[in-house]
Amino acid sequence: MASVDIVNVRKSFGTVPIIKGVDISIADGEFVILVGPSGCGKSTLLRMLAGLEHISGGEIRIGDRVINDVPPKDRDIAMVFQNYALYPHMTVEENMAFSLKLRGVEQAKIDERLKPAAQILGLTHLLDRYPRQLSGGQRQRVAMGRAIVRDPQVFLFDEPLSNLDAKLRVSMRTEIKELHQRLKTTTVYVTHDQIEAMTMADKIVVMHDGIVEQIGAPLELYDRPDNLFVAGFIGSPAMNFVKGKLDANDPTKFVTAGGVALPVGKAPDAAKGKDLIYGVRPEHFHLAGSGGLPARVVVVEPTGSETQVVIDIGGQELVAVFRDRISAKPGETLYLTIEAEKTHLFDAASERRL
Amino acid sequence: MTALSRTTPASPSLLHSLGQGKNLPGLLFMLPAAAFLLCFLAYPLGVGTWLGFTDTRIGRAGVFIGLENYEALWSDSVFWLSVFNTILYTSVASVLKFALGLWLALILNENLPFKSFFRAVILLPWVVPTVLSAIAFWWIFDSQFSVISWALMKWGWIDKPINFLGDSTSARASVIAANVWRGIPFVAISLLAGLQTISPSLQEAASLDGATPWQRFRYVTLPMLTPIIAVVMTFSVLFTFTDFQLIYVLTKGGPVNATHLMATLSFQRGIPGGQLGEGAAIAVSMVPFLLAAIMFSFFGLQRRKWQQGGND
Ligand SMILES: Nc1ncnc2c1ncn2[C@@H]1O[C@H](COP(=O)(O)OP(=O)(O)O)[C@@H](O)[C@H]1O
Ligand SMILES: [Mg+2]
Repeated sequence: MASVDIVNVRKSFGTVPIIKGVDISIADGEFVILVGPSGCGKSTLLRMLAGLEHISGGEIRIGDRVINDVPPKDRDIAMVFQNYALYPHMTVEENMAFSLKLRGVEQAKIDERLKPAAQILGLTHLLDRYPRQLSGGQRQRVAMGRAIVRDPQVFLFDEPLSNLDAKLRVSMRTEIKELHQRLKTTTVYVTHDQIEAMTMADKIVVMHDGIVEQIGAPLELYDRPDNLFVAGFIGSPAMNFVKGKLDANDPTKFVTAGGVALPVGKAPDAAKGKDLIYGVRPEHFHLAGSGGLPARVVVVEPTGSETQVVIDIGGQELVAVFRDRISAKPGETLYLTIEAEKTHLFDAASERRL
Repeated sequence: MTALSRTTPASPSLLHSLGQGKNLPGLLFMLPAAAFLLCFLAYPLGVGTWLGFTDTRIGRAGVFIGLENYEALWSDSVFWLSVFNTILYTSVASVLKFALGLWLALILNENLPFKSFFRAVILLPWVVPTVLSAIAFWWIFDSQFSVISWALMKWGWIDKPINFLGDSTSARASVIAANVWRGIPFVAISLLAGLQTISPSLQEAASLDGATPWQRFRYVTLPMLTPIIAVVMTFSVLFTFTDFQLIYVLTKGGPVNATHLMATLSFQRGIPGGQLGEGAAIAVSMVPFLLAAIMFSFFGLQRRKWQQGGND
């Protein structure tokens, strides 16, 4: 186990910069998730950590050791690939034992390590099978088993659940989390799925276009997104954004371009007079009596546990989510309140939080 | 026929099952191919085999003489020399082609600059007509004007030209070298195609697992390549075993039959020598060897256990 420090790391393919100066420090035993839209450079960063891509600039340290020029086989890192990369000509047992065999560990010791790992992952009855004879979820487990038996300094996961069906994905999420709690090995996990990130991570790194947008605990990112990108990326359904300005006379009111006043918590002085973007999460709308903000219903989407409603406030379509069942029809008017303390203000020019 | 078999559903005869819906059109579609095979493969093979049991000569129809041709061959030292030559030629050339071809394929599978250019160049020996390249080799191995002798003399390694095709050992080595040169592209390109089906992430996984480049080759690449190696080498062995053109242009089997292969001996006895029956018997004697090679490939080609079951 070890800490990992990524210091001003850069990567270009040819002349195209892909990673544009990334700093992340990961504590020993931490479960860190790199999340961001497809193509933002998450896999590239992970592969640089693994030693599969050359590092164009900056420094990566594992523990106290700078590993920029250490070949992958000497980094003591285990990786679970998106396509699992199981050796098709080896049985499950041989796949899991391969790295130990290469290191000349004797058979008795290998069994000693392999048996408990297989036990944890529920692979004991599959040890003689070949990868082709396994289901997707089982292959996924073998790939993790192969990583676990090595007892490496760091685990890397590259979108390990994206080839599984939705239900299996949810249960594997829990399994990986439990596994980490048991083994406490430093883990870097890549995904494009913000729900995976929110549910599993100790710390989330939000990436976008080769830079880090924000690093923080899941709820920190949810409660205080640093900028418009993070605000829009974290949370589902996504945060609503409305353009407008603060009311010149009453800084607890935000006035939209359509002239509707929306409530604001504590507006900082810097926000006064500027072009702003107002952010409110769908779950922070509540039904009020007739005294609330009038909103015309556009679409109603019940999911059973909650109801998503697309509403129109002053000519702007927003999404609201309610725990109650709502029987409103399109065209009807709902009266809503907004939790003022949970709204966000961003500078329209810099897109930063105010 | 269909109607007939429908009226007698109780008899599960061959005709009956052939007549059942799906099979009949299938058979009809196979007819042209079957006819083609019969005319151009089975017929010559049958005639050749029959000739081997006769004393036919050119210009004179023969009569059936049983195994006399084979009895004669059994005690014919030139025949046994050609068998020895063929086995030597095939085994040495195949091993060399495999080793060099695999090595080339591995190099071409790396990220080289001008990759497609090199891949195209590799194919050259194969696309040049054999006779043409044989003539080129004839010059390369010429006792007076050989470019190899010339270069070695320039460097002062030897003081008179090597008589490549003059003595039996160097003649054998020379024809093997020419065959290897000609056969490598097939092996290299086929193995390259095989290498490209191996996912790069397997190599990456192995290197993270701590494998050295040699171990990655030995434990990942090679085992995954074995199915294609079996196919490629079977074909390579068959081509080499039946080689004729190279030898015929370069040495005509000489010196003193040292490079006579079964194919060249069969031709020489049968056509210039006029003994069609005996030539045919030699050709037929190649069949057991070829069958052995095919059996080998049949077992080698069977899907390995790890290739079976499930799909991705
Ligand atoms: N070997 C490569 N050569 C050139 N461009 C690459 C290479 N690998 C990745 N890229 C580019 O780098 C960007 C980031 O890729 P990647 O790290 O795979 O993104 P993701 O965040 O989806 O994992 C993409 O635009 C991709 O096209
Ligand atoms: Mg990726």
